[in-house]
Amino acid sequence: MKDAATRDAYGQALVEMGDDPRIVVLDAGVSDSSRSKKFGDKFPERFFNMGIAEADMVCTAAGLATTGKIPFATGFACFLLGRTMDQILVSVAYSNTNVKLVGTHTGLAVGEDGPTAQMIVDIAYTRAIPNMIVVQPADWVETMQATRALAEYNGPAYFRLGRPKVKGIFDSSYKFEIGKGRVVKKGSDLVIFATGIMVQESLTAMEMLEKDGLNVTLVNISTLKPIDRDIIIEMASSHKAVITAEDHNYIGGLGDAVGEVLLEAQISKPFKRIAVKDHFAETGTGPELFEKYGLSANHIAKAVRDSLK
Amino acid sequence: MNDSPLTSPDITQLKRTALELRRLALKIIFQAGSGHPGGSFSATDLMAALYFGGILNYDSENPDDPKRDRFVLSKGHVTGIYYAVLAKAGYITESDLDSYRKINSEKFLSGHPHPKTAGIEIASGSLGQGLSVAHGIALGTRLDGYDSKVYTIMGDGELHEGQVWEAAMSADKFKTNNLVAIVDYNKVAQDSITKDLKDLEPLEDKWKAFNWDVHRIDGHDMQAIMDVLRLPLHPEKPRVIIADTVKGKGVSFMEGKTAWHGVAPSPEDYEKALKELV
Repeated sequence: MKDAATRDAYGQALVEMGDDPRIVVLDAGVSDSSRSKKFGDKFPERFFNMGIAEADMVCTAAGLATTGKIPFATGFACFLLGRTMDQILVSVAYSNTNVKLVGTHTGLAVGEDGPTAQMIVDIAYTRAIPNMIVVQPADWVETMQATRALAEYNGPAYFRLGRPKVKGIFDSSYKFEIGKGRVVKKGSDLVIFATGIMVQESLTAMEMLEKDGLNVTLVNISTLKPIDRDIIIEMASSHKAVITAEDHNYIGGLGDAVGEVLLEAQISKPFKRIAVKDHFAETGTGPELFEKYGLSANHIAKAVRDSLK
Repeated sequence: MNDSPLTSPDITQLKRTALELRRLALKIIFQAGSGHPGGSFSATDLMAALYFGGILNYDSENPDDPKRDRFVLSKGHVTGIYYAVLAKAGYITESDLDSYRKINSEKFLSGHPHPKTAGIEIASGSLGQGLSVAHGIALGTRLDGYDSKVYTIMGDGELHEGQVWEAAMSADKFKTNNLVAIVDYNKVAQDSITKDLKDLEPLEDKWKAFNWDVHRIDGHDMQAIMDVLRLPLHPEKPRVIIADTVKGKGVSFMEGKTAWHGVAPSPEDYEKALKELV
């Protein structure tokens, strides 16, 4: 287990995969922050820093993909996705080119740079795009494996990464699989489905709850699309209540994805979504924003207690 | 590249091919009841030269050959001429063209291109993306060590899209000299004369300022088209060919008219047009 930002693991994974001549990496002029620079330093001939031109980058990646390359088009999620909806729809998703869109600096966890840098609509956006899969890893080990899995997967993908350091959650025995959720901790009574940094936040909440004698189950949902219906149905059925946790707007994200599964499966359980409640946040540290905007361990713990009342 | 001198019978043959392509494009647009004749006809001579003048290295029997040259139709709405060209090049059959713009089209002959159709590299239809895509392909083939050339045709109105100029900067940065962009400069966009939307001039200076190898030709002069397409690649610069064209070229009542941007001819107009396309 290793404490590190998922973007750090991504940079390391690219370097480790770099001997594969099909791997090419593009960045929109933020490679020091996104960590794609690590790849660029080692494999400069297959690294294309496109400057602050996300639309051009996404389509260039699509062109590279048609020649059999596996492009990782990397940038700050706000601009990588916000600038390029049309390019992603036409040149990537509809064309079904093998482009991996890698958005770093997601959610309120970004912190002080404020709402223009805090991407909170990317899961909603990418989930709604045909042909696109959506993956958000929770820690170093999962990011390393997921980066490789995305390279092996043939098709468009969005990879959602974070800025701050997160705790190591999985050890080397962990096996990431696209489309599979994983029980992080088995408890009883209530199940939390969490994604990304909220896995760490949920674990902190669970430590607090254990002191009160409450042992809940935590499931890591790292593939947001296709969502793991089986684990959601199994876990929701075997627990009294369901909570989802994501650093994203509560419209169109993990909460909605889980809720859709539960409704279609006619599973009626108390259900709460820990997420940004459809507003832009503000500046402040990540932990401060998590506290103020309802994402912190305190809020998760309160939601658990309220659900089990 | 074919270094043999071009004889005037070659040019005559290419002109005849272009005429056949115009007739075929108009036929399928007429049969479909919708499409884009104006921009198809302005691009016809350029596409005829690329595909049938020995410029583009392709084999429709082996469409995935990694060493092939590539073509990206950035102005994706002119599928009338594109599918006519793909049929003549052998990627699809002329009878496939009956399904143009029809549901359940077996060869996916949609209103705008998609790679499910043999011979098509990428979907287009949203203007401004093709130059970036073509550049990406050019970088990819270069990484593979092939001397593939990548051609794209853009519309003039398309140059209003900022992404075109992002791509122009990128191809300069990477010295992507196997990329050849062609501007089908027909001066007419959908609802307006292009310069009334935003004037592109001085267009050669713009591309020169972006450090491209700039050529300007009459896009309906087959000799001039072939001469510029047969030039050796610039040692390091990407190339742009600004081709002065006429929207609706070849059908007098369509020429230079916004009205013929995106409508199919009536039966009467279709007959009238065919009489001119001889």
